[in-house]
Amino acid sequence: MTIPLLILENVTMKFGGLTAVNDVSLQVNQHDLVAIIGPNGAGKTTLFNTITGIYVPTSGSVEFNHKKLTNIKSSDITERGIARTFQNIRLFKDLSVLDNIKLAKHTRIHYGFWAGIFRTKKFHQEEQKIEAECLKLLSLFKLEDKKDFLARNLAYGQQRKLEMARALATAPKLLLLDEPAAGMNPTETKELTELIHLIRDQFNIAVILIEHDMKLVMEIAEKIFVLDYGQLIASGTPKEIQNNKRVIEAYLGVEIEASL
Amino acid sequence: MDYYLQILLIVGIFITLTLSLNLINGFCGQFSLGHAGFWGVGAYASALYTVFYALPVHSSINMIIAMMVGFLASAVCGILIGVPCLRLKGDYLAIATLGFGEIIRIIITMTEKVGGPRGFINIPHWANIYWVYFIALLVTIFMLNLKRSAFGRAIISIREDEIAAENMGVNLFRYKLFSFTIGAGIAGIAGALFAHTQQFLHPSNFNFMWSVCILVMVILGGQGSVTGSVVGAVVLTIIPEALRFAGGNISAWRMTIFPVLLIALMLARPQGIFGPHEFSWKKRRIST
Repeated sequence: MTIPLLILENVTMKFGGLTAVNDVSLQVNQHDLVAIIGPNGAGKTTLFNTITGIYVPTSGSVEFNHKKLTNIKSSDITERGIARTFQNIRLFKDLSVLDNIKLAKHTRIHYGFWAGIFRTKKFHQEEQKIEAECLKLLSLFKLEDKKDFLARNLAYGQQRKLEMARALATAPKLLLLDEPAAGMNPTETKELTELIHLIRDQFNIAVILIEHDMKLVMEIAEKIFVLDYGQLIASGTPKEIQNNKRVIEAYLGVEIEASL
Repeated sequence: MDYYLQILLIVGIFITLTLSLNLINGFCGQFSLGHAGFWGVGAYASALYTVFYALPVHSSINMIIAMMVGFLASAVCGILIGVPCLRLKGDYLAIATLGFGEIIRIIITMTEKVGGPRGFINIPHWANIYWVYFIALLVTIFMLNLKRSAFGRAIISIREDEIAAENMGVNLFRYKLFSFTIGAGIAGIAGALFAHTQQFLHPSNFNFMWSVCILVMVILGGQGSVTGSVVGAVVLTIIPEALRFAGGNISAWRMTIFPVLLIALMLARPQGIFGPHEFSWKKRRIST
């Protein structure tokens, strides 16, 4: 099934004289599991930031679920179904694990301000429903016994998992993972690989990940986009990318004839 | 007896004021230094109503209207100052709100109709200790329930991490403006109570010192803790008064001893008496 979910058309993002993303066009379909790779500073995270509305692209357009995302607030983009995690973990550190997840349900809560103040029946029903959903999500990530811990007291790998769980709690159609395996040991990375597969299948969503761990990328991604100096230099299956000359050049540099 | 009653009144009014600042400062994490300004707007606006425009109805009903006038006047000021200023962060917001507080005070001083620098006299005595504590109780319940609702969670998430909060679908500006406006409005109600228990208002009641004082109560009680705000307001109003009776040198030095106590307390518990938590009879689990 190839129903397009996210379409980037000629997206360019300039910061003053620096072009961080240069004329990038790409398409991600429903249920896709794709990776964006590239050397440091290639513009991968900037691309995520333009998709999630943190930056407004200098030119070009982002279309999600057949609707343009230009000039839409970051918070509204979440409501439309794009969730993300951050390269440097951004949890609500002084709140409990459960509250972190509950917060992500923000746009899916259907009781008004006064219902909360007067603690009406509807408030209790909704809160119970949300709590049950959150606990289910936590158990999927094997964090249910940590639900009362402050987020800051979790181990690093658990914090990364919690951030993913929190992103999923917003009920997205597209999940953006920014270096989910950074700082993880091989066992944790392996677990993460399984988890990403599980997430994609169980929640029936598309996943885009930025990752430097090539083993993970090659194992997991069905399609890979390669960025270098803000430009999309290659796209294709892991196999195609591994043998792509431009990609090898971007990572290892150009071969100069041994004339010395 | 009057002396003790007066202290109880002030404690009750400061409970309401501290809670209202806690909404802005402790819940939402927006550093406001002009809170006495909102307090003053509420006090003067409500007194303006009761002295010049009071309806011919029972004084209790008029008092309710006066509190609504105080709430609305301060809330409108909250919106007017919030819309441009809430784009600022941290220190910059503090300076902008500080400036606002002073502007309010100077405008009041220059307004002849409310007595200007001579103060506003002849305000009817329509509120008493029951009014003060009834409102303090209502505001406490309001804050506790807000904290446990989705709305309150969204406000708290802004304090924790703005970028992540926005990423969870929280409209930052809307929630910041909401807490700022409601916080200002509740301070306005406290102002109305102050005006109608003291029967006299003076611009110097609402200067920068009092903004700082309310802020200290919030921080000492614990930012984000509702019960902490109540304790903060009670402790900080009562200690300087209690030191009066300590006798001898202690009484003479009470305004030196008081800050030293504050410093000691902040060193011992930098997160405030309760931290962000609520007072509870149940034992909290160590993990949290």
